[in-house]
Amino acid sequence: MGLNFDFIVKYLPWYVDAAILTVRVAFLGILFSLVVGIICSAVQYYHIPVIRTIVSVYIEISRNTPLLVQLFFLYFGLPKIGILLSAETCAVVGLTFLGGSYMSESIRSGLESVEKSQIESAASLGMGKVLTMKEVIFPQALAVSVPGICANVIFLIKETSVVSGIALADLMYVANDLIGLYYETDETLIMLVLFYLIILLPISAFASFIERRLRYAGFGN
Amino acid sequence: MEERIQLKVKGLVKRFGSETVLDGIDLDVHKGEVVVVLGPSGCGKSTLLRCMNGLESLSEGNIFLDGEEVSSSGKKITMLRQKIGMVFQSYDLFPHKNIMDNITLAPVKVQKRPKKDVESQAEKLLKRVGLWEKRKSYPRELSGGQKQRVAIIRALCMNPEVMLFDEVTAALDPEMVREVLDVMLELADGGMTMVIVTHEMQFARAIADRVIFLDGGNIVEDLPPEEFFTAPKTQRAKDFLQTFAYEKRRTDTN
Ligand SMILES: Nc1ncnc2c1ncn2[C@@H]1O[C@H](COP(=O)(O)OP(=O)(O)OP(=O)(O)O)[C@@H](O)[C@H]1O
Ligand SMILES: [Mg+2]
Repeated sequence: MGLNFDFIVKYLPWYVDAAILTVRVAFLGILFSLVVGIICSAVQYYHIPVIRTIVSVYIEISRNTPLLVQLFFLYFGLPKIGILLSAETCAVVGLTFLGGSYMSESIRSGLESVEKSQIESAASLGMGKVLTMKEVIFPQALAVSVPGICANVIFLIKETSVVSGIALADLMYVANDLIGLYYETDETLIMLVLFYLIILLPISAFASFIERRLRYAGFGN
Repeated sequence: MEERIQLKVKGLVKRFGSETVLDGIDLDVHKGEVVVVLGPSGCGKSTLLRCMNGLESLSEGNIFLDGEEVSSSGKKITMLRQKIGMVFQSYDLFPHKNIMDNITLAPVKVQKRPKKDVESQAEKLLKRVGLWEKRKSYPRELSGGQKQRVAIIRALCMNPEVMLFDEVTAALDPEMVREVLDVMLELADGGMTMVIVTHEMQFARAIADRVIFLDGGNIVEDLPPEEFFTAPKTQRAKDFLQTFAYEKRRTDTN
């Protein structure tokens, strides 16, 4: 398999631009997913009436529809009722819509893993709800949630490949484009894989580092 | 012991669904008094203590600390809980904090006391129970008996007026029971007002000013320890003590 290195060098900048876009969309989507996830998991954890039902409906919809469908809805559907969003905004919103539910479930499983006796022990020391959350529940929940959160981060970065479906020039889109234009399939695909690996491998390594650290900290009575 | 009533339970009824666990409890605990609560398993001893600390809502009745009502909701309850220390069977130290941080957390964050003051108080108490060397350790690195002594110190550093103990030695290996009971005896000698649930009969007899026997949701005996252990009035208390006498005979012959 002789690779055409001229081609690779020539179109490298396309990939770099696309990678920057992919990272930007993923970063914002993941950040907002965490915010949505924290809010939704708190609502469920504290059994806040009404809002809790809305949250579980959201989680079901989010987890049971493909991201591409969610993006089509945002990009092609919303304009019909007069809401026009740029493709990149749609991508971030879509990723947040999807990621929020995954993050929420990960965080909630962490919160619920903290034993009731821990909360009562804090209460018997006169600690209020907020202080108990901050000092007792949250740190212990985090240790349980982090592996799930890390898995979600990687999952969401990979899911960004779907945004090419709404004509956003991410890595997937550029690769598709180049194949369509020049039929240099090998080079194009190798570059695509390499760029995803460049983005994902460090994050994976960082995630397993954190997980190991948490395991060493492994409190548990 | 003074005559001042520190903790007052008045007409306490506690139901779980249709099950009435406590059925009209009246109890006055005076300042400096040590009350031991005995009774068969499931009679509501833990529930009584949890009600006293506002961990359970009351179905009926009231509980007063120094004349102030303990109700299980609102800001007032967190104020009152600072004056009632409670130690549980399962220690419930915070696993992600070291021993010193476990002890200082609430006094510093809740009572807003200077960390230095709390630490020097903790130092004195830790030294007294021989655990000063463990101050930087995490709970998982301690034995059950050591954890339980830390849990007691953690409650004590809130400077409570009353201490509640719910079977604090039940989860411990026999050789560790003693070290925890000694700490409690010392506390009692220091004049702490205490309500203790225990299955250690000899300890109960040694530490109690009064023994309360709970059965069927009511206090059926309320006697000084010597009288309760030698001449209980009700058949139910006699039967209860009999079960322990049996165990004792068994272990004696071994
Ligand atoms: N949260 C709860 N929901 C329903 N029932 C409960 C609850 N807590 C306690 N009970 C019931 O109340 C009764 C008294 O329980 P409690 O734990 O107070 O007994 P106890 O005297 O402390 O028993 P033990 O000596 O075994 O610790 C039991 O029948 C128990 O099943
Ligand atoms: Mg009990």
